[in-house]
Amino acid sequence: MSAVVKLKHASEDRPGWVSEMAALLEAYRQAGGEPAALQLPQVATLVVSSNTVLMSHEVPGIHFDAEPLENGVKATIRVEPNAKIEHPVHLCFGVIPAEGVQKILANYEIGHGAEVRFLAHCSFPNAVRVQHLMEGTIYVGKNASLTYTEEHFHGQMGGVEVLPRVKVSVDEGGRFTTTFVLTRGRIGKMVFDYEVEAGKCAVVEMTTKAYGHGDDEIVVKEVVHLNGEKARGLTRTRVAVRDRARSQVFTTMEGNAPGARGHMDCTEIVRDQAVAQNTPLVIVRNDQAQVTHEAAIGSVNRKELEALLARGLDEDEAVDLIIRGMIR
Amino acid sequence: MSEPILRIENLSLIREGRPILSNVNLEIYPGQVHALLGLNGSGKSSLAYAIMGCEGYIPDEGRILFEGRDITHLSITERARLGITLAWQEPARFEGIPVGKYVGLGVNPPNRERVIQALEAVALPAKVYGYRSADKTLSGGERKRVELAAVYAMRPRLAILDEPDSGIDILSLGEIATLIRRMAIEGVAVFLITHRDELVESADLVSLMCAGTILFSGKPLEARRYFLSRCIPHLEALGSQPWDLSKPEVREALASNGLLQLMAQPGEREDGKEQAA
Repeated sequence: MSAVVKLKHASEDRPGWVSEMAALLEAYRQAGGEPAALQLPQVATLVVSSNTVLMSHEVPGIHFDAEPLENGVKATIRVEPNAKIEHPVHLCFGVIPAEGVQKILANYEIGHGAEVRFLAHCSFPNAVRVQHLMEGTIYVGKNASLTYTEEHFHGQMGGVEVLPRVKVSVDEGGRFTTTFVLTRGRIGKMVFDYEVEAGKCAVVEMTTKAYGHGDDEIVVKEVVHLNGEKARGLTRTRVAVRDRARSQVFTTMEGNAPGARGHMDCTEIVRDQAVAQNTPLVIVRNDQAQVTHEAAIGSVNRKELEALLARGLDEDEAVDLIIRGMIR
Repeated sequence: MSEPILRIENLSLIREGRPILSNVNLEIYPGQVHALLGLNGSGKSSLAYAIMGCEGYIPDEGRILFEGRDITHLSITERARLGITLAWQEPARFEGIPVGKYVGLGVNPPNRERVIQALEAVALPAKVYGYRSADKTLSGGERKRVELAAVYAMRPRLAILDEPDSGIDILSLGEIATLIRRMAIEGVAVFLITHRDELVESADLVSLMCAGTILFSGKPLEARRYFLSRCIPHLEALGSQPWDLSKPEVREALASNGLLQLMAQPGEREDGKEQAA
């Protein structure tokens, strides 16, 4: 492994660091991040532009190991057992040029009994042809808790392909909560692929929100294996598509152990010539497990719409408000 | 008396081949609480939706006049912008829309103080509820209060309240009644659909609806007496409305009390007064 980066302003001596950092911070802001938070000494941060770690800062209990790849970065993020990381860890990934490939190989290890929250922002504000590939593994130790919130901004051109593929293992009593949001600007193409194994008494909660315009393409694949006794799982998918955008949501929940409980909840709103598809798959391999699902796909609910019209909103305003609320 | 703010003339509505409203005539005045009483399925909510202009409730016959203007074919938005609004009996739930924002939707120009005041009027502290989502995490009673607050904040000319008391605990009925009276004092015409005595008694005028027709209009006490003596026995005998008037036993039961004749002659009311032509 090459240089392990532990210092704030890791590549500060690199030519062009200042301008690249400034551009990425602006991109970070556009993705919904708060740049000032990256400078706080009590906040752990990792900032990656294309294949360069621009900034890395650890706090007690958390360790970043990062090395550049030809087109990206390989990073291991370790949280020590029983560490309680008080402030959310800020992660920023981005590609500033109009074209490029960014590959992130990420490995998260959350030690037994640890508690940590991540706020990740991925921004590709100028993308005309950018690929963001992520391959990740996440291990949540016994009785540990990981909350991972990820927000993207892909600019207005629709020229981004985002292909995250993550395998998660949640050990006994662990809790894994993730929220993925891509609701501002265009999406381009997104294939969101998560597979989670939940052990005894583990809790998995996954929320995905996306708003597709133009010819955006959204694919959400979520598989949750409730393998442990009394494991619990919830997937919440909220997708809105308009113009000619297409959305496909595939969610699978397996109840494989006594007392396992799972629920899948999918709402998709379709406008114009857009197309939405939802394919829930329920598998129960134990007679004491239970998995349920609910899905609503179609235009905006008429009752909700009329309630807003009766306050004086016109139809476009009302539909927009309902969609913005749903994916908020 | 001033001119009616709302005048409904010979309104009829057929849905899925069944008459839902038949020759309804009604007038509502500014600053008046006009209650509408009737058995379940008698057409009360349908009349509310027709006044609001909801999809599927555009009348087959008759007119709806608001301040003298024919609004029968205006959209919901156009009616709302004229000052008509509706508090739904079962209000929609909105994921991700904060209560404060929802209550303020009809307030134009935006006025934060008025939103806070409206929430307080229904005993929902803005600090507690303002940022909560108006979604299924609210109880039925809380959601109903939010709906009332949204109507009050809007300061409409005509507020249609469809059973604002359902799902509200008995201790809070007084607050709801006070708010309704406050709206009337402020000049709002309130069209109140209710089953509760406490709210009926606070009305200035009560109309009784049966099988899609207004049978009676009068003071609250008279209306209650009429309802208990003429309507409740039919509920017990015939079950919930809408009744199938093509069945001989239904017609016979209604005829025995003179109701069938009234339904056949909707231009004349029980109190003998001619309805608006």
